[in-house]
Amino acid sequence: MLSILRTLWNIFLHAFQRRETVQYPEEKPYLPPRHKGRIILTRDPDGGERCVACYLCAVACPVACISLQATEDETGRRYPEFFRINFSRCIFCGYCEEACPTYAIQLTPDFEMAEYHRQNLVYEKEDLLMSGPGKRPGYNFWRVSGVKIGGKDKGEAENEAPPVDLHSLLP
Amino acid sequence: MTKIFVDGKAYEVKADQSLLQACLSLGLNLPYFCWHPALGSVGACRQCAVKQFRDEKDTRGRLVMSCMTPAADGTRISIEDAEAAAFRKGIIEGLMLNHPHDCPVCDEGGECHLQDMTVMTGHDYRRTRFPKRTFHNQYLGPLINHEMNRCIQCYRCVRYYREYAGGHDFDAFSSRSQVYFGRYQDGVLENEFAGNLVEICPTGVFTDKTLKRHYTRKWDLQFGPSVCVHCGLGCNISAGERYGTLRRIVNRYNGEVNGYFLCDRGRFGYEFVNSAERLKQPLQRQDGKLQPISKARALEALAGLLADPKKVIGIGSPRASLEANYALRALVGADRFYTGLSASAARLTAVALEMLRRGPARTPSLGEIERADAVLILGEDVTNVAPRMALALRQSVRQQPMRKADQLKIPRWLDHPVRELAQDQKGPLYIATPAATRLDDVATETYRAAPDKIARLGYAVAHALDAGAPDVAGLSEAERSLAARIAEALKSAERPLVVSGPSLNSEAILQAAANVARALSAAGRAPSLSLTAPECNTLGVTMIGGGSLADAFQAVKSGSADTVIILENDLYRRASARAVDEFFSSARHIVLLDSVTTPTVQKAELVLPAATFAESDGTLVSSEGRAQRFFEVYPPVGEIQSSWRWLRDIMMAAGRREAAAWQDLDAVVASVSDGIPALAAVAQAAPSASFRLAGAKIPREPHRYSGRTAMLANINVSEPKPPEDSDSSLAFSMEGVFAQPPASLIPFFWSPGWNSIQSVNKFQEEIAGPLRGGDPGVRLLEPSAAEPRAYFTPASEPTSGSAGEWLLVPLYHIFGSEELSRLAPGIAELSPQPYVALNPEDANALGVQEETSVTLSLESVSRTLPVKLMPGLARGLAGLPAGILPIEGSGLPAWSRISRA
Repeated sequence: MLSILRTLWNIFLHAFQRRETVQYPEEKPYLPPRHKGRIILTRDPDGGERCVACYLCAVACPVACISLQATEDETGRRYPEFFRINFSRCIFCGYCEEACPTYAIQLTPDFEMAEYHRQNLVYEKEDLLMSGPGKRPGYNFWRVSGVKIGGKDKGEAENEAPPVDLHSLLP
Repeated sequence: MTKIFVDGKAYEVKADQSLLQACLSLGLNLPYFCWHPALGSVGACRQCAVKQFRDEKDTRGRLVMSCMTPAADGTRISIEDAEAAAFRKGIIEGLMLNHPHDCPVCDEGGECHLQDMTVMTGHDYRRTRFPKRTFHNQYLGPLINHEMNRCIQCYRCVRYYREYAGGHDFDAFSSRSQVYFGRYQDGVLENEFAGNLVEICPTGVFTDKTLKRHYTRKWDLQFGPSVCVHCGLGCNISAGERYGTLRRIVNRYNGEVNGYFLCDRGRFGYEFVNSAERLKQPLQRQDGKLQPISKARALEALAGLLADPKKVIGIGSPRASLEANYALRALVGADRFYTGLSASAARLTAVALEMLRRGPARTPSLGEIERADAVLILGEDVTNVAPRMALALRQSVRQQPMRKADQLKIPRWLDHPVRELAQDQKGPLYIATPAATRLDDVATETYRAAPDKIARLGYAVAHALDAGAPDVAGLSEAERSLAARIAEALKSAERPLVVSGPSLNSEAILQAAANVARALSAAGRAPSLSLTAPECNTLGVTMIGGGSLADAFQAVKSGSADTVIILENDLYRRASARAVDEFFSSARHIVLLDSVTTPTVQKAELVLPAATFAESDGTLVSSEGRAQRFFEVYPPVGEIQSSWRWLRDIMMAAGRREAAAWQDLDAVVASVSDGIPALAAVAQAAPSASFRLAGAKIPREPHRYSGRTAMLANINVSEPKPPEDSDSSLAFSMEGVFAQPPASLIPFFWSPGWNSIQSVNKFQEEIAGPLRGGDPGVRLLEPSAAEPRAYFTPASEPTSGSAGEWLLVPLYHIFGSEELSRLAPGIAELSPQPYVALNPEDANALGVQEETSVTLSLESVSRTLPVKLMPGLARGLAGLPAGILPIEGSGLPAWSRISRA
């Protein structure tokens, strides 16, 4: 008997507590940057495409919803010829972001992706690529990797010695 | 068998191998870099360290390199010992000091032995802060990419390239931590087996440049177990596809055939499958032009053409599968089926086949060729005709010197001491050809002469071996003594081998080779006789039987036939343009099934798009007489289908109900094996389509295959059902059981922790031995036990032309002479331009230099070509590149006048 009355009293008190429900979409909740929502492709600080088409996101994806094809520009810089995410399959697990060795692929707090037609959930590179570096402002893979690309010869990456002179007789 | 103890457990292993080999054969994981099963041990990288104990009481033990320690009876080692594990981890850390931070853009990533070994040892964090050493790269040609920063100095490349493959233009340069592997300057790698560096290199220094242009990781490729179609040897390959195009070829180990290596034509010639020259839909000639039509209309038109079956003949092909040739034979009838071989090729192959069937010589596998200890080559430029055999022959010259190592009890796998002991000693290898060959550097002696004289040398060798063999008159003293030396070398060998073939279009050479083999047998030896075959199924189509192309021409000319169905064959490569044109103009209807656009397409009335090796299944018979099945890598796109399916559809359209049984490959294979007694065993070349591995089909895709729900989402977001394969027990899927399939059905090599091609270790009964369950393929030719045939009698005189005439001989090129690989851009870049080769002294006498234009007058045609000086060419001969120039008259050799243009 007493417990029933206590329960009724508690319920009555709840009527005066602060509302957790917000009037979405008029009112938008705060989502932290690490929230796993819509996937984007970012650019490095120099404005170049960060994705080097290494296929690691694709292989990490548990629903296999990422597919791409690598290609190279005339200087040897690798980038995806196409990059496709089928968001109708994506489970927003974030494994792709974890696998990405260049911080190219990132998940954003945006989740408002509903479509009337499933086909519209297939995003191509044009739909994914944004103009900035996203959550990792300073990183540029090409500055630390040992391959030669346009504007960066062998030995010019960070923490690299100049190329060995094979004709030198010095020990 | 000896007993060894690993981590306290007793194992029985084969004697005379190293501990590393023993451990890997047992399936234990032990990291290594510098060791390779084909190259032996040198103990350079220190990666395979294990703890060895004196006896069961010894608890301290000492570190030894397992690759350098024999698996002696009672050896006690520990792989898991903490000190040994820490040592191996330290070695990797050292090797990784200068390794660049570029796995994401490295083509080796995902199938990298260095990655695998690093994970295996547990090294995961870079502690050093010093700058990394860097190198400039070199341009090594259109086939191989060089990225020197990734090198870990294991020396495998230089050991393979110089010692195993016999290359000279590649070496280790500089010193200490700066050792550089490359050429002395940028340039195309000269060796024909350079492509194996891609697999030999444990990391990404040498990678496949053709793959780089359409790069895909190993885990994303859909593989099919296949057989190389670019020569007659039948090397096993694993072909990988992604997004509907063929991406690359890797070696598929077959202990008896190709072992660990392929030639560059086989590895890089695949791009013809993706070429713009591919035929993709049925074409019909309308108003003189070929117009695309639907499959239904094409079959309707065909049914009309076949209304009078008595007037139809079929021309098969040595580059089409047994099944396709047999289906054509069934369509037109056995007496109206022609093999598609030129008259001379058909005759020579028939002769060769008869020799191998009658014996006494047995046709050796490539593995047996490698183990031969005395070799005579009559008339074949092996490197350019049957390339992989040249690599095997290069190993055969080591057999005799290695006996010295056996006497001194140095194990053969201890590579460096064995090579030091042998120094420059080579076992007997005698080469008789019209021009210099790429094997001359390991030859004991070479003999340069016209085809007839080569045959006469062979007869003389046979006579020197067995006085009962007919002799030839008119040999010089030098030739006689050379024949005697060759005979002596062959006679004193344990496993003598004679290599010959139809390349020079000379029946006399084949007969001379048979005489040598017969004489060796009479002298009490067990000889091997290896006869090359020009194309992947030359032997197979000959076993099916049928007239030659000349007979087909005659049938149409005589009016007994007016409709011709040509199967995957470009007739302009087999007969002179005049003869073929005449044939085409006298035939009323020409139907062609082919995969690529050839000059023959331009003459056809109806063209049906056939599948290449990558999109079809079938069986090929190699020059060894081994029937091997190749399987679809990916299903054909659009209207393309296997030739045998087209032929079945044609039969059905023509109301031939018996073809209704051919619903899948097994039914056709069964018909072949029932219909042709010589091919009865082909059904055993691979398990039938009903085979299941633990109840499931064998997946063609690695279990990490990515992008299944996105790769076609741009076309339709609802994924299609995966294609079904009714022809084999392989599935176009990643779903299946991880267990070892039968050897002929292994699509790719992978094992947990072993992502690189080195994982083949896990599929073998023992290291470098046969695959578990036996190597793929079934041998169709064994010499009969009946009395061997009588000796062939040589012609009394070598043929000669009239005064002032030159004997034109064909010169073969690994890149360029083969029809299909020429369509691959990388191979095309390395193919020679048309030329006429002359000995420099002959050129002097003619008053011409390199590049001077000269005119050849051959029969009624004259042709102007630039001169190429070729010091190794016999005097009085002129060489023309085979397969690059159109055929004139009855083909080469032929007599011709040469004059300045």
